[in-house]
Amino acid sequence: MKFKIMVCIKQVPSSTEIKIDPVTNTLMREGAENIINPFDVYAIEEGVRIRERLADIPELETETVAVTMGPPQSEKILREAISLGADKAVLLSDRSFAGSDTLATSRVLSAAAKKISDVKIIICGKQSMDGDTGQVGPEVAQLLGFPFIGYVSEVRSLDNKKILLKQLKEKKYDIIEAQLPVVISVLKEINNPRIPGLKNMMKAKNASIETWGIKELMIDASKVGLDGSATRVVKIFKHEINSNTKMISSDLKAQIDEIYKEIFTYDKN
Amino acid sequence: MSYFYTEEQEMIIDICNRIVREKINPVRSQLDEDEIFPTEILSEIGRSDLFRLFIPEKWDGMGTGILEVCIATEILSKGCLGVATSYAASGLGFLPILISGSDEQKDRYLPSLASGGKIAAFGLTEADAGSDAGSIKTKAKLEGSNYILNGTKQWITNGGEADIYSVFAVTDESKGIRGASAFIVEKDFEGFSFGKKEKKLGIRASATRELVFENCIVPKENLIGKEGMGFIIAMKTLDKSRPAVGAQAVGVAQAALEEALCYSKIRKQFGQAISSFQAIQHMLAEMATNTEAARQLVYHAAKAVDSELKESSRLSAMAKFFASDVAMKVTTDAVQILGGYGYMRDYPVEKMMRDAKITQIYEGTNQIQKNVIALDLIKNGF
Repeated sequence: MKFKIMVCIKQVPSSTEIKIDPVTNTLMREGAENIINPFDVYAIEEGVRIRERLADIPELETETVAVTMGPPQSEKILREAISLGADKAVLLSDRSFAGSDTLATSRVLSAAAKKISDVKIIICGKQSMDGDTGQVGPEVAQLLGFPFIGYVSEVRSLDNKKILLKQLKEKKYDIIEAQLPVVISVLKEINNPRIPGLKNMMKAKNASIETWGIKELMIDASKVGLDGSATRVVKIFKHEINSNTKMISSDLKAQIDEIYKEIFTYDKN
Repeated sequence: MSYFYTEEQEMIIDICNRIVREKINPVRSQLDEDEIFPTEILSEIGRSDLFRLFIPEKWDGMGTGILEVCIATEILSKGCLGVATSYAASGLGFLPILISGSDEQKDRYLPSLASGGKIAAFGLTEADAGSDAGSIKTKAKLEGSNYILNGTKQWITNGGEADIYSVFAVTDESKGIRGASAFIVEKDFEGFSFGKKEKKLGIRASATRELVFENCIVPKENLIGKEGMGFIIAMKTLDKSRPAVGAQAVGVAQAALEEALCYSKIRKQFGQAISSFQAIQHMLAEMATNTEAARQLVYHAAKAVDSELKESSRLSAMAKFFASDVAMKVTTDAVQILGGYGYMRDYPVEKMMRDAKITQIYEGTNQIQKNVIALDLIKNGF
């Protein structure tokens, strides 16, 4: 039986001091070195650990596959994923992917999961350092019809059918059991990523990395890229964080009304 | 600075730098202060395939040379010489198996040592046999299918922590130096125990203990090579391992130099950075020049060992003695440049100075190295 673990990683600019182009409202990436999104390093490590934990199950062929969608130079972070222990890596790259929002990106990633086949666990970092949305994981799960469990801080146990996870909620942890396949997003506290070994670094250097575009993934060009995106970036601005928690407790209808009011009067406050 | 490293060597440097930055530096002062053996760091070093450097691919190694071992050791020593010593001492422990062991012994022991799953130690020194290694008293007597070992080894690095020990014992007292033999002793063999952990001036993260053999039963097949080859095996091992002691010295010297340079640019006296004073500048220049010269000699000796050149024994001894003297001088000067701060445990240079001292002593004192060099000169010339 085949059991594949797909790890979704993203190339991000290394600096946290990225400037915003005031004309186009997009991130100015020029000059910044590209790295693996730091949260995704924990996803890779967990993907490798899960494979190692399954090694004792007889006749289970396990493989950890790192996947990224991005321009051809994203190959660099895929090689780094192999040096960190991934068995294989696939680059999802096509001109028509350019400008994809999280939904369009999720369509590409879910098509990749289908093409990889036998994917039992998809692991994402909790969010990207540049976009910060944390939406891709849940959207991939939705498109594939898999359950999604976010903010996982521990994989308590797993076998080839189910997984037991510890999930961080706002002020508590939940212990959740899920049937596979599943999509999870992981927190930094889940593990302590290893330092790449020399063998894996050599393997990474020589690995052949496949590139899949719309043809290989059999997706409609209108469903990806800017055309396939449900959102547009209208404006980017520096946000002052002002966190206020308001507890609402009354009957369900009143709660909904209250939340509705809060959301639609937010700008005025 | 470019050292014309190969791509593989660059990768080794990259890995070691990460281990130093992420795993060693944050805990080194605590390991020193509390004398904690770095079990977790050695596991990380094992996972990073650095023990594989010593070992041919046939036994799950990477099949690289002593030069690569030296490069790894140099970088790890920049972080903590105690950790680097524990790493290098495992290599020293399994070199006798690698050099003179049978294929069966190699199959049995090398793969787990290559992965770092097990670590090794080298047991030669005794209370009355240090520089005079030929006068060891530990005895091994063949009884049926086992050798029975009796005696005590002293100051054994990784003692009590290692799983596999290369132990040297006398099998024929009438033959003097040619009556010694080498054995592979596993930690849990009957009659094998350990003395107390020694308190040391430096390299306090490393473990140093006595090995005590009281009718210790060692299977006959654990004899390395043949009876009487012990001393030759020990000398061949030390010829190969000496450049790595030189590399430890270069690493700790480089680390002290970097600390001193950094401090001299920040520390202000008389209204200016102390790096603007010629007295400090000349110290830094000498420290850098000597460290660089030591590094070149270590690399050259390592290449000579890897190429099995006839002068490799002489060059190894030169590299060990020169680099360790440099390390002592450079670390002492670094403490001087940092002044009162350098003497305090809040800064890492006093530890580097304490650590550096051992490189002049272990794996053959520098005086013994000079004997090796002089005898080789007189016997073989140039």
